[in-house]
Amino acid sequence: MNNKTAKKKTGLGYQIYLWFDYLYSTVVTLWGVLSHTFTKADTVEYPDEQPHLYPRFRGRIVLTKDPSGEERCVACNLCASACPTDCISLQKTEDESGRWYADYFRINFSRCVYCGLCEEACPTYAIQLTPDFEMAEYVRQNMVYEKEHLLINGPGKHPDYSFYAHSGKAVSGRQKGEGINEAEPVDVRSLLP
Amino acid sequence: MSPVVANLLNIVGILVFVVFGAAMLTWVERRILGIWQDRYGPNRVGPFGTLQIVADMIKLLVKEDWVPAFSDKIVFVIAPTIAMFVVVAAFAVIPMAPGIGVIDLNVGLLFFLAMTSLGVYAVMFGAYASDNKYALIGGIRAAAQMVSYEVFMGLSLMGVVMLAGSFDLRTVVMSQQDGWYIFPQCVGAFIFLMAGIAESHRTPFDLPEAEHELTAGFHTEYSGMKFAMFFIGEYVSVLMTSAMITVLFLGGWLGPDFMPPLFWFLLKTLILVFFMILVRGSLPRPRYDQLMSFGWKCMLPLSLVNLVVTAALVLL
Repeated sequence: MNNKTAKKKTGLGYQIYLWFDYLYSTVVTLWGVLSHTFTKADTVEYPDEQPHLYPRFRGRIVLTKDPSGEERCVACNLCASACPTDCISLQKTEDESGRWYADYFRINFSRCVYCGLCEEACPTYAIQLTPDFEMAEYVRQNMVYEKEHLLINGPGKHPDYSFYAHSGKAVSGRQKGEGINEAEPVDVRSLLP
Repeated sequence: MSPVVANLLNIVGILVFVVFGAAMLTWVERRILGIWQDRYGPNRVGPFGTLQIVADMIKLLVKEDWVPAFSDKIVFVIAPTIAMFVVVAAFAVIPMAPGIGVIDLNVGLLFFLAMTSLGVYAVMFGAYASDNKYALIGGIRAAAQMVSYEVFMGLSLMGVVMLAGSFDLRTVVMSQQDGWYIFPQCVGAFIFLMAGIAESHRTPFDLPEAEHELTAGFHTEYSGMKFAMFFIGEYVSVLMTSAMITVLFLGGWLGPDFMPPLFWFLLKTLILVFFMILVRGSLPRPRYDQLMSFGWKCMLPLSLVNLVVTAALVLL
């Protein structure tokens, strides 16, 4: 606003106009609030009524299994290194067929911030976040979930994916090169094309 | 029934009604505000949350009734008593219906103005005795606000007094049989409503206790039942302002015959209470200097013009 118009707007007339302007906006405000008498409350009365959780809601963490019912987790430790609060702890071991799996897998949910970085880091879709937040405990120690608490009996969000079907690693029943999209292994000692 | 028994019934009945009604009002206000803010408000204790006041009372009663060591102890204790006393005393002159009302003073309106003016002592004493900077600022604001609002509060009622020709509130109500004073005195009613809201320290004129700036203003140091007395005093004050507007501008208990007079009085009062809650739920708190300039530069001239015009019309 330049000085000329500023000078104009100091008279009594402008003051009276301003008061009426305030009065008008007050009435509009009062009406706006009053019109909410018949709108529905946004409150979800939680213990009586479950809130709607979307499929991508980030809640309790689970470990999934592949379609054949084997554990997906290969204990690569990427989730643990991605975790900003260092709440995941695990140890790798192998079974006799050559599959890698976690010897123990422990998530301290009293530290977890449900950021979902572990799920993003996981190369085998093993670790996933689920729409469940009802994890309250009376004893803090109970917030530490072991592998048997974390494992679920299903594939979760990626029902058809199986890591060892793609991996190029020999496990029992399937040799190298027999997986999906895999070529025969090259004999590096041969010079033949 | 002998007049003594009738008087006692009146006094006790009105006292209980006023205090209990004010306590209920805390729940009503929270529910109504909840509805207007798209939520529920307290609905857990008892049916629809009506027993919330019982829970609040238990909480306030078992709280430690602490008097700060640095406070002026006698004044500190007296202040909430004044806050409660003046508003309840002012209720004595309000005629609720024929035969219901504690006393009919021929200077009832002046008694009401006197009592509400005394209310500022509660705030100032409480603020002074607390020895707390927030309380002090709240007390100063209350004093300045009260001084400026008392002036046009009284002036805005003089139009009604001129039309009715009496300070007796029962006469004022009876003289409205031909038409409520809100029509000839709409400006006066508007000004009195503003002053009444300021008088009971309610948003948008709650600068003495503005919780966002001054924690709790003048009652920062109060807890337990002393705090409750300030709190209930405020709600009695809301009831009283509404009842006063009903008596002065909305024809008191006058209404169609199919309902008892008391019903009409309570209905009008309740609608005004709801309106004051609506104002609280929607309007922001003005800055301190805006409030003062609004009082002195807008409301006071307006009430003077109203007074002069009414006087001229009455004389003609």
